[in-house]
Amino acid sequence: MQKTYYDPSDLKKFGKISDWNEELGSKFFEYYNSVFKEGSLSEREKSLIALAVAHTIQCPYCIDAYTGDGLQRGITKEEMMEALHVAAAIRGGASLVHGVQMMNKVNKLDG
Amino acid sequence: MKTKSLHKRESDLANSSRQIEILSNGIFKNGELVTFKNKLTESNQFPLRPNKLEILQINLGYMCNQVCEHCHVDAGPDRKEIMTKETMLQCLEVIKSTHAHTLDLTGGAPEMNPSFRWFVEEATKVGIKDVIVRSNLTILRANKKYYDLPEFFKNHNIHIISSMPHWTKGKTDKQRGSGVFDNSITALQELNAIGFGVPNSNLKLDLVYNPSGAFLPGNQAAMEKDFKKSLMDDFGIHFNNLFAITNLPISRYLDYLIATDNYEDYMYALVEAYNPEAVKSLMCTNTISVSWDGFLYDCDFNQMLELKVNSEVKHISEYNEELLQNRNIITSQHCYGCTAGAGSSCQGNLIPE
Repeated sequence: MQKTYYDPSDLKKFGKISDWNEELGSKFFEYYNSVFKEGSLSEREKSLIALAVAHTIQCPYCIDAYTGDGLQRGITKEEMMEALHVAAAIRGGASLVHGVQMMNKVNKLDG
Repeated sequence: MKTKSLHKRESDLANSSRQIEILSNGIFKNGELVTFKNKLTESNQFPLRPNKLEILQINLGYMCNQVCEHCHVDAGPDRKEIMTKETMLQCLEVIKSTHAHTLDLTGGAPEMNPSFRWFVEEATKVGIKDVIVRSNLTILRANKKYYDLPEFFKNHNIHIISSMPHWTKGKTDKQRGSGVFDNSITALQELNAIGFGVPNSNLKLDLVYNPSGAFLPGNQAAMEKDFKKSLMDDFGIHFNNLFAITNLPISRYLDYLIATDNYEDYMYALVEAYNPEAVKSLMCTNTISVSWDGFLYDCDFNQMLELKVNSEVKHISEYNEELLQNRNIITSQHCYGCTAGAGSSCQGNLIPE
């Protein structure tokens, strides 16, 4: 029996999700591939955004994939870490900004 | 960072037959991954045969001033294999009659061969179209006796191809040794100053990028754009083309892959990226590689694995182009390095974008 929920080798099987729904699976991958093509943003910039988002949603497959993708593109570890701090700042900020709600409530009930 | 070659360290992997054994066993023997021969057979491309000969690549010796982490030659200051003048004379005879349009001089650091300048002078007299010297750049700054090499290259219209793993100091020095980045930058600026790689100049200066770790190179054109922008913005450096080369799993790179537990994942990545289109223009189909002691190989990698050409002609002293062209190319699992993605060769990608 598999002892863990995640298996690194499952990442290679991502494409197989189309096996059980060809139409939607194909549409998803077509969309996915279009998203990462160079547009107003470069492929490099998109790779760094993906890496930051991967950490925000804490997807181990995505972290694996976009760390490797970044290295292939010549993205340095310093650039990767800065991107992660952007994710962390937004994530931390999202918690903290709700403090205003807490403060409003305290002020109303016990001000 | 190690400062000695595998040979000097008497490593198990200094032995080429041990490397071939590793590449043939394990995941390839138990059927997890398809062998290169079977992969070629699947697309009716086995056996691999030469196309028109275009490049004569001569290795002038394994001695080098650097000990790069991933060197497929296992080069370094402790390697004493150097081409003699006698073998060079035999090479010159071949250069006079070959149909190849390019002479590609490599090493080690080819400049460290004591007869290097004499050989280049003689070879350029013959009138072969393109004469390449693969210079590691730092050699141009290593000792006063090399300081005038840029002028020498200019006087003989040499096409310089140099390694540059990254446009940042950290990644470059990690792979090639402390101080390599700064010395390489100085050497590139000197080459630019006398016309190499600058716009509207005929003096060509190309750079070679190979990944600093256990991953494949990214898109060559995109990497070239990033290299050009960074080297220009930071140091005012020009160059012509960037060649992205895949690291082949042999010698010190194989040692690195095994030591870091990356070998199997790397082989999976190579096999997964196999591109049958790249097979049509593999460099072993248009190149003959000559070793420091004059033996002939399908490519520089086969030379390091000591896999001599499968032909009755095996040495430069008995060179016969017609006979050599009628041979089967020797392959093994390391060849997956040249067929991955857009393909890889000493001239970069095999499939243009």
